[in-house]
Amino acid sequence: MARQGILVEPYQRLKPEQVERIHQASLAILTDPGMVCFNRTAADIFGDSGAEVSSIEQGGAACWLLKIPGKVVSEALQAAPKVVKLGARDENNCLILDGSEPRVHFVSGSETNIWLDVDFQTYVKKSDPNIAVMLPEFHRRRGTVLDLCQASHLCEHLETLDAFIRPVNIQDKDITEDNKDVNKCFASLNNTTKHVMVGLTSLKQLDNVVNMAKLIVGGEEELKENPIISFITCLVKSPLQFVEDTTQTLIEICQRGLPVVVSSAPQAGTTAPIKEDGIMAQINAEVLAGITLSQLVSKGTPVLYGTVPVRARLDNLNDSYGAPESSQYNIDCVQMARFYKLPCYSTAGVCDTKIPGIQSSIERLFSDILVTLSGPQYLHCAYGLLDGNSTFCLLQAVLDDAHFQMIKFFVRPPWVSQAEIDDTLKQVREVVATPQKLYIRYIRPMLRSGQLSMSYPFEGDEETDNVLALAYERMKQLLSQPVEHINPVTTSRIFQEIPGILPRLNVYENRREQ
Amino acid sequence: MSEDILALLKENVIQGRRTQDDEGIDDSMSGKPGVLELTQLALENNISLETIIMQGLTAGMQVVGEKFTTKEYFIPDMLASAEAVGGAMDMLKPHLEASNVATKGKFAIATVKGDIHDIGKNIVAILLRGAGYEVNDLGTDVPTEKIVEVIKEYKPDFLGLSALLTTTMIIMGEIIEALKENGLRDKVKVLIGGAAVSDEYAQEIGADAYCVDGFHAIKILDASQEAKA
Repeated sequence: MARQGILVEPYQRLKPEQVERIHQASLAILTDPGMVCFNRTAADIFGDSGAEVSSIEQGGAACWLLKIPGKVVSEALQAAPKVVKLGARDENNCLILDGSEPRVHFVSGSETNIWLDVDFQTYVKKSDPNIAVMLPEFHRRRGTVLDLCQASHLCEHLETLDAFIRPVNIQDKDITEDNKDVNKCFASLNNTTKHVMVGLTSLKQLDNVVNMAKLIVGGEEELKENPIISFITCLVKSPLQFVEDTTQTLIEICQRGLPVVVSSAPQAGTTAPIKEDGIMAQINAEVLAGITLSQLVSKGTPVLYGTVPVRARLDNLNDSYGAPESSQYNIDCVQMARFYKLPCYSTAGVCDTKIPGIQSSIERLFSDILVTLSGPQYLHCAYGLLDGNSTFCLLQAVLDDAHFQMIKFFVRPPWVSQAEIDDTLKQVREVVATPQKLYIRYIRPMLRSGQLSMSYPFEGDEETDNVLALAYERMKQLLSQPVEHINPVTTSRIFQEIPGILPRLNVYENRREQ
Repeated sequence: MSEDILALLKENVIQGRRTQDDEGIDDSMSGKPGVLELTQLALENNISLETIIMQGLTAGMQVVGEKFTTKEYFIPDMLASAEAVGGAMDMLKPHLEASNVATKGKFAIATVKGDIHDIGKNIVAILLRGAGYEVNDLGTDVPTEKIVEVIKEYKPDFLGLSALLTTTMIIMGEIIEALKENGLRDKVKVLIGGAAVSDEYAQEIGADAYCVDGFHAIKILDASQEAKA
């Protein structure tokens, strides 16, 4: 039984002929000017498969210009699976991503450097000491591996969150490039039974990470059946360049047959054209090139069409996730993925403000609702993220969970069937015949079966606004609930066989719950 | 046997199952006797009226009230339970009259002349019935003269007046004046409620209390009856 996400009636900005035009423009871009490739292996693979490859030099580095014919792209699109399963330690938490079905799953993400702690202080009114209010204080600091454990733990209990991408960068003194991946994977996997998606820091750690997953599920075949981990690679540097190291990462992941997101993140105005059709044609070309490579490496590799398009802020050229155009690009990208019948990784909910509150909620809700409505199968929706994805806060993640509970009701399709109408007519006739003429008794079955949306869970009493304090209580309550860790025997084997995992992450040795 | 019946009665009040056809909250109870069938069974087993009311109906409503306070239950749950208890009290009424066992009190309720809004009034009536009060619902758009007449004949302990509109709330003051003119003001406590009125307005027109909602009304009535005892 997979997690259900929410099936939507997709909102589509692009007309079919516009989708076709963008597709043709992308194919044209892939032949002229083509992709600049800094990875020799990838260049050779494309060359062997019918692409025109010529050696060039840019900035003193050896690279190749790839002119990829439409036929090669089309064959790759045909070979790419249209349904991708993302497994989970608890199989009830696995995800089935069907490129033709607009069923949205909500996911955390980004690797922020800053962890925002929250504390509440009580303030007493000077003129009336009987009146006191509690206000939050926020403290910024560098994220640690134990913070990641806590984030994974909380996300395990967030009802709307369907899969986990680590939201915080681990910056402990004893974390190095050589042990970072195994620690972030173990911290994530050991504290959630949901699917875990990973972005690798070092390709050298790929096999250690894969072997850890094999130990957890019981072997190589078991991991293919139930891929509890998947990967995300941003192999393209916009405009139109295959990066040396992340392209190699994609190649090696594909060789191991695990699911992977092929992602591109151009900024309209700087690294992509500012016009909507321009950024769309380019980002689509970049993702198609990556997907083509994945299928040339290993036909049938499960891939997600991944896009993080954004518009440039005009005052400082930073990413402007809050700009309406950014959401429009995302919605367009979801339509392009659906055109190819590929599962789509999309982005929503990123905000500019630095702390949880009214501004953070308003900023993220526009894109949360609109991009959800477009129907991406795998939506990174910035749970807990603040300050343009540079800060993570557990309290904000709890608020986001409440928002997504409301959004799930908001976007669900209507129920108007003959059976429903028949039932309604019966109700109307029954109620009108009673002296009180109230429909209240019919609320209960709807309420108990979860068909009715609930009031905002952090509503204050009367004129007070206690949203943050109530969300903080909810956060503490969720963190006090246990999580099902990896069992002691497997944990012991992981610590013996996978090098570099910090001893303090062993909950059985330390008798400490994270 | 009687303990089993009372336990089931209490549980069915908590579940808000008026009859065996009601769903309640726990699916496993579907098709089993509800509050009305169990009340009948209790009578047939010669369980005393006071025991049925206190250990079955009131005990169940007490749990429902607690669940509502802790936000486990919502108003539809509370009303379902109150409706079930109200139905049981209607069944017990002839037995109570025959045995001289008193209800918690008599309550007349009306939406005043010129106002036809009755959702709040109906909910209050259901809740008070469920709380063990005998309720005489006079309906909507009720003329002042009719209200005076009911107070004279029915002799309720309480009169509840409801108005949604600012144009009709003034009638409440006129009713209180009419009660005074007929020498009835000290015979009945007047409670007012509805979107248009407030605590201040209750004081202004000389009502005994303003009720925010049905639950508040129960509290006020219970406190008044306890003070009387």
